[in-house]
Amino acid sequence: MKSLIKKLVETVGPSGYESKIREVIRGEVELYADEISVDAMGNLIVKKGQKKKGGLRVMLSAHIDEIGVMVTHVDKNGFARFTTIGGVRPHTCYGSRVRFLDGTVGVIGGERLENANHVHAIEAMYIDVGATSVEDCPVKIGDVAAFDRPFEDLGNRLVSKAMDDRVCAAVLIETLKNVKNSPHELYFVFSTQEEVGLRGATTAAYSIDPDLGIASDVTMTGDTPRGIKMEVALGKGPAIKVKDGGMLADPKVVDAMVQCAKKHEIPYQLEVLLGGTTDAKAMQISRAGMPAGCVSVPTRYVHTPSEMVDINDLNNAVKLLTAFISEPIKLA
Amino acid sequence: MKNNEILSQIPEIGEEQIKLLEKLSNAVSVSGDESEVRGIVMEEIKDFADEVRVDALGNILVTRKAKVDDPVRVMIAAHMDEVGFMLVDDEGEGLFKFEIVGGIDNRQLVGKPVLVGKDKLPGVIGAKPIHLTTADERKNPIPLDSLRIDVGPGNSKKCKVGDRATFATRFETWGPSLVGKALDDRLGVATLIELVKHTPENIELLAAFTVQEENGLRGARIAAYSMNPEVAFVLDSTPANDLPVWDDEENGRYNVKLNHGPAIYRLDAATLSDPRLINHLVKVGDEFEIPYQFRQPGKGGTDAGAIHKQRGGIPSVSISVPGRYAHTAVLIARKEDWKNTMRLIYASLCKFSRDLLLADR
Repeated sequence: MKSLIKKLVETVGPSGYESKIREVIRGEVELYADEISVDAMGNLIVKKGQKKKGGLRVMLSAHIDEIGVMVTHVDKNGFARFTTIGGVRPHTCYGSRVRFLDGTVGVIGGERLENANHVHAIEAMYIDVGATSVEDCPVKIGDVAAFDRPFEDLGNRLVSKAMDDRVCAAVLIETLKNVKNSPHELYFVFSTQEEVGLRGATTAAYSIDPDLGIASDVTMTGDTPRGIKMEVALGKGPAIKVKDGGMLADPKVVDAMVQCAKKHEIPYQLEVLLGGTTDAKAMQISRAGMPAGCVSVPTRYVHTPSEMVDINDLNNAVKLLTAFISEPIKLA
Repeated sequence: MKNNEILSQIPEIGEEQIKLLEKLSNAVSVSGDESEVRGIVMEEIKDFADEVRVDALGNILVTRKAKVDDPVRVMIAAHMDEVGFMLVDDEGEGLFKFEIVGGIDNRQLVGKPVLVGKDKLPGVIGAKPIHLTTADERKNPIPLDSLRIDVGPGNSKKCKVGDRATFATRFETWGPSLVGKALDDRLGVATLIELVKHTPENIELLAAFTVQEENGLRGARIAAYSMNPEVAFVLDSTPANDLPVWDDEENGRYNVKLNHGPAIYRLDAATLSDPRLINHLVKVGDEFEIPYQFRQPGKGGTDAGAIHKQRGGIPSVSISVPGRYAHTAVLIARKEDWKNTMRLIYASLCKFSRDLLLADR
């Protein structure tokens, strides 16, 4: 699991430019899939199993894009101005390093601040790739980069950029490997462009037209010094989403997941997240609507280049999802 | 088709097309009431379209069949609506309170002549003159609810709450420049009309003249759903902010520049353009030596934002004619940029094949 996560998080794939990470994941799932397709938005859709008696058509979604930056202008001295892709916050930028799709590395610097206690606005920062002019600058307008930070194994706790949401891609990959004799027709969707507005899941949900939608994504935690008020903590199990900023999970789905966790003695937490949302929102309101829910992985420092997760939560998320989709799902 | 044949068939932007652009620019078609522009478009395309339909929101959906078997079905969209005003309260004596439809900066309003309603009654957005204002008052923009459209008592009964209004600017050409209101996106509409009249034979053209783009890409959304194309191109206009900056430093936030050719989109607030289509446009631009530029990635959005998310996903990209002072009373564009936009879209369509979409995005 740890080596799979390392491989996934260290691949560059900002929203809209997921081809590399998609190929890495394709390599991982090929042996276990009945059918694999890539749609117009670049979603990797892995089908497994046929609908049997009492079964449903189930879409599971984990997004493979990550937040990043795009170059807007290279000035005459070779400094690259940039805009953000997804929810990049300015205070995580200054001094960070970014890696472009072609491997070029740059450091983010900023204009002089009048007050050193202030944070640089995105417009007041630039990427320095070591160039001295437009001509010798290896990047140009429209080039895309992700934050660059190595994967660190701290024992139970793992730290990296892009844990959001590659850890859940790993959870889906492991679930796909584990699931046997499911009564359901399963679609594992490794979705694109989540960070810019759930765009991949929107079109995948339309094409697949499932009976039930389940997302897997990271969620925040309330277990850090003077942090946000939130029940979810690292290491206490996957979080079954009740509500977030964009979706009220179907109570029947929440209940079925809770019953499943209890039955298999898998630790779990209930999640009420005030901001943010997941692919489950897009699924819930696709076509005529569908029951939807989400299994979340508690994560500290979300949308920084050092997101922290607990390996036990990941293993338990795999157990919970595997158990959940291996049995008939009662949504009465 | 050989490249020199393609070049010889590119629709002309000449006097006739500029006359049509003038008519389109001078028409009043604020979001939600696009009937005047719709009328002009219908008249222009009726002899060329294989099928025409006006849908529930007022989009014009046109099909032009291909001359080949199993053609790729290409949607091209341009929006008919423009930003403007709506009268919301009649205060008597020809004074009306109004709201802004779409995005207009309050500071652009004061002292501007406007045209109100279908009869284009003249009015003005009035304000206190300098003789009567204090130094403090002059520091701040006048809030919208202190402004009125004044049509005078004579015409007060001829307009009513709910009527739309626009800036009164009349279209002109100034040497190499096209000057008028609503060139965002009448330039796109005029381009699309030419494409309906002169459709490349290798594609089935699904031309969508859309409504309500300026208030949330509403028309394009349903147009893309019903047309269900394989690929979509959006023709729009984007602001050129290419003036010198006050401290003489390099202008790094020009968005696009006049006279640098059509602007190809990579990222805006609503769309990450399909890289296969960006690459195609770039390749065609280079091959045919058509100048083009990239719009600086950033805010804003076009109909592509709605189109690409319809159904199972539609590969999409936008191309804009650059224009200074968008969403004000006057937009200035260059004839040469319009011509090159026509060249780029036409040649790109001629060179388009379904194979481009077979490779994964």
